[in-house]
Amino acid sequence: MLSYIARRLLQSVPLLIGVSVIGFGLMHLAPGGPLAVYTLNPTITSQDIDRIRIVLGLDQPVHIQYFKWAAGMFTGNWGNTFFGGRPVLHVILERMPATFLLMGSALSLAILIGATIGVLGAIRRYSVFDMLATSGAMVALSFPTFWFGLMAIYFFAVHLGWLPSGGMYRLGEEDNIVDLLRHLVLPVMVLALVITAIWSRYTRSSFLEVLHQDYMRTAKAKGLRAHERLLRHALPNALKPLIALLGIELPALFSGALVTETIFGWPGMGRLFVDALGMKEYPILMGMIMFTGMFVIVGNLLADIAIALIDPRVRLG
Amino acid sequence: MSAVATPAGAAPAVVRRAGVLRRFTRHPLALFGFVTVTLLCLSALFAPAIAPHDPLFLDTSKRFFIPFANSGFPLGTDELGRDTLSRLLYGGRISLTVGLVAMVTTVITGSLIGLTAGYTGGWVDTVLMRFVDTMLCFPQVFLLLVVAAFVPPSLISISMIIGLTSWMEVARIVRSEILHLKEQDFIQAARALGASRARIMFQELLPNIAAPLLVAATLKVASAVLVESYISYLGYGVQPPLASWGNMLTNAQGYFDTVPWLAILPGAMITLTVMGFNFLGDGLRDALDPRLRMDT
Amino acid sequence: MVEPLLEVRGLRTHFPILSKVLRRRVGTVRAVDGVDLTVMPGEVLGIVGESGSGKTTAGKSILRLIEATAGSIAFEGREITGLSTAAMLPLRRRMQIVFQDPMSSLNPRMTVGRILSAPFEIHGVARGAQARGHVVDLLRLVGLPEEAVDRYPHEFSGGQRQRVGIARALALRPALIIGDEPVSALDVSIQAQIMNLLKRLQGELGLTYILISHNLGVVSHICDRVAVMYLGRIVESGPREALFFDAKHPYTEALLAAVPSPDPGARRRSVPLDGDIPSPANPPTGCAFHPRCPQAMARCAVEAPPPVMLAGGHSVACHLHPG
Repeated sequence: MLSYIARRLLQSVPLLIGVSVIGFGLMHLAPGGPLAVYTLNPTITSQDIDRIRIVLGLDQPVHIQYFKWAAGMFTGNWGNTFFGGRPVLHVILERMPATFLLMGSALSLAILIGATIGVLGAIRRYSVFDMLATSGAMVALSFPTFWFGLMAIYFFAVHLGWLPSGGMYRLGEEDNIVDLLRHLVLPVMVLALVITAIWSRYTRSSFLEVLHQDYMRTAKAKGLRAHERLLRHALPNALKPLIALLGIELPALFSGALVTETIFGWPGMGRLFVDALGMKEYPILMGMIMFTGMFVIVGNLLADIAIALIDPRVRLG
Repeated sequence: MSAVATPAGAAPAVVRRAGVLRRFTRHPLALFGFVTVTLLCLSALFAPAIAPHDPLFLDTSKRFFIPFANSGFPLGTDELGRDTLSRLLYGGRISLTVGLVAMVTTVITGSLIGLTAGYTGGWVDTVLMRFVDTMLCFPQVFLLLVVAAFVPPSLISISMIIGLTSWMEVARIVRSEILHLKEQDFIQAARALGASRARIMFQELLPNIAAPLLVAATLKVASAVLVESYISYLGYGVQPPLASWGNMLTNAQGYFDTVPWLAILPGAMITLTVMGFNFLGDGLRDALDPRLRMDT
Repeated sequence: MVEPLLEVRGLRTHFPILSKVLRRRVGTVRAVDGVDLTVMPGEVLGIVGESGSGKTTAGKSILRLIEATAGSIAFEGREITGLSTAAMLPLRRRMQIVFQDPMSSLNPRMTVGRILSAPFEIHGVARGAQARGHVVDLLRLVGLPEEAVDRYPHEFSGGQRQRVGIARALALRPALIIGDEPVSALDVSIQAQIMNLLKRLQGELGLTYILISHNLGVVSHICDRVAVMYLGRIVESGPREALFFDAKHPYTEALLAAVPSPDPGARRRSVPLDGDIPSPANPPTGCAFHPRCPQAMARCAVEAPPPVMLAGGHSVACHLHPG
């Protein structure tokens, strides 16, 4: 088991390096480079720009810059924001809880509902429920999340007035859990829609594959009842590809969170990203890209380890 | 032998093509997808002929007409007095164009990388697949926005950027098909004849992955349209006054309380388009799958 | 003195077995482990053995479809083992292969016409209409109608597809054709048809064949000489009559015993063959056949017998015949 973990860790290293190279490359490929925000400002003289360039270390050869930057990343120095000079890592981390709350709630809800629908659909294949669920999932996948969010705001917040139309808290009510929950409902609903659809489809196909295996028929012949067969035989085997899916869908989860936060004005990392985009805050953009990339790598690593825990073939093979 | 008799067990090509069609038409959703996509493509193609007005023509005296109220403006007007129907039609043109060009970029990039990695094998394969894995670590929207924000937005640049951030899946699909195919004897026969690597990749292997590529391509149009709508909504995609369904929603957001249809209509069109391509792609996958297995 | 068309000396093709983690070599599959062959022009050589004997690997190594690990392959007097891809290209017109599986040896997405015009296009001999002319000639040569040009492989039977495969091998009039179990995947009645076709073509075009098969009966039909392979080595080889009526190696005798004979009166030593062929990754010591050999001696487990040349071009590698 340990050797498997070691192996996976080793495999993650080139990924990490690759992510950092691409991230770094993106920053420097942009026209104007990291100094664009300054070069476009007519009040800053060219000498100022040269000085800034030296201060930021941009006069050095590219690979030196990369190593310095990478070393900084490693030690927690992710640079400072252009406006305000705050450490980027801090800025990102302070937005993290909000986003994780949103992502976590949406993911849990979506997996719960999606997996249930998927399993039920698999058990009763081609029933009315299944047909509705399958097409429903397809339709849900086709909704532009941001539009769905707008519709939801219009309907629930503006029209019905049941729920707040945005933000995370009402002013002055930061400690009020109920208020937080009220603000959480719509964003979670919107973010969870697409994820639920994906999960229901995936669960259904994964369960279908498992249900038709010979060992399920053997279990039935042994006289095991339906829920026993489902829980003890089908579930563990169907679980493996689903955990893998978790890892694979992480980037999409981030993308969805970005969209949702923008619509609802949710003060998370996604909002941070879009705001930084508008202000051309390279350090934050870079930091966010690296953060999400690293998070995905770690997430996939954990998923693989979880799979190895469940499935002995993986860690022994 | 004077004529080619069809022996038992080998189905003639006519029967097999009919089989695909039959399987496809069995799915009502697939048919829905096909009809929807066709109608959308036609309306996009003939937008200049169908649209009652010039989508860019503004007349602030005619703001906020309600849909179905005025025969001159069947779907009403927006905040600048522009005809919504015309903007929807022309917007569809733009969104579909972006979707198709992005799809072509994705398919070409993904196929090239998948083909090369799958057929060449060895360290080339390892390096390319590591690259694919690395690219997959980034949320597509994040990557897209960063690049789109710093590249001067034009239809071509938007399409290509979308295409260049979504090819990874195609590469994986192509590579796994190629890995299976390259052990087949007909590939060894081509090598025995001295066929060049390029010839084997493009003339021998590529036609055999046409079916899964077609399915992937259809689904990629759907996702490209979706993604374009989002970045246009944010302002980093198609730039006004050029209309795309996404950027029509940007301004509509502010007028939601009073004139909701300005936001409902473009979004509905996006949903319809994406649904159409998704259903079509799914239907194609189901129809083509058994045939794939019959061949190899 | 006629020069041999093909001379193979000490051919070895080994495949490494790699560990999962660090891809270190943890073993070797010795598919071909020291094979010597000489093929004269116009000759039909049969290579016979069970699956796992390395005969297919040997054939593909000769054609350089699989890279040999060691040994020399001289084709038309020229050493081909070290040649670059570019240098091999003209030689590929002279040596071709017919595959076993008629299903997978033809590209399902190409018409027969395209499949057969490929050789001409690859070597720049002809294109378009001119190539089509050649293709029609090829089809006639193997007994297929001209209409086949526009049809797809799945529209044909196994035997017909194999004819296409043969036509493809013949396209550029090679000197040598290696048939890798060319009839094993066909119905018995069709097998005879295809073997007859091969025999006729050999006569008409002056071809040289190496026919690989696990079925001695099929091979005996048209082979002049036969070589018997076991676990990567040739255990016996010689003229057809010598092998069939005067087999020396116990393995050959066992193979012969398995062939149904149309002549019930022929003298036959029925020798049962125990067990399965061992894995080429883990061959037995000494003579590889000794665990299954009914006449094994103590020496056989220790020392591998070298091939010994008997009268009439008949050679055998067995301690029973120390020469």
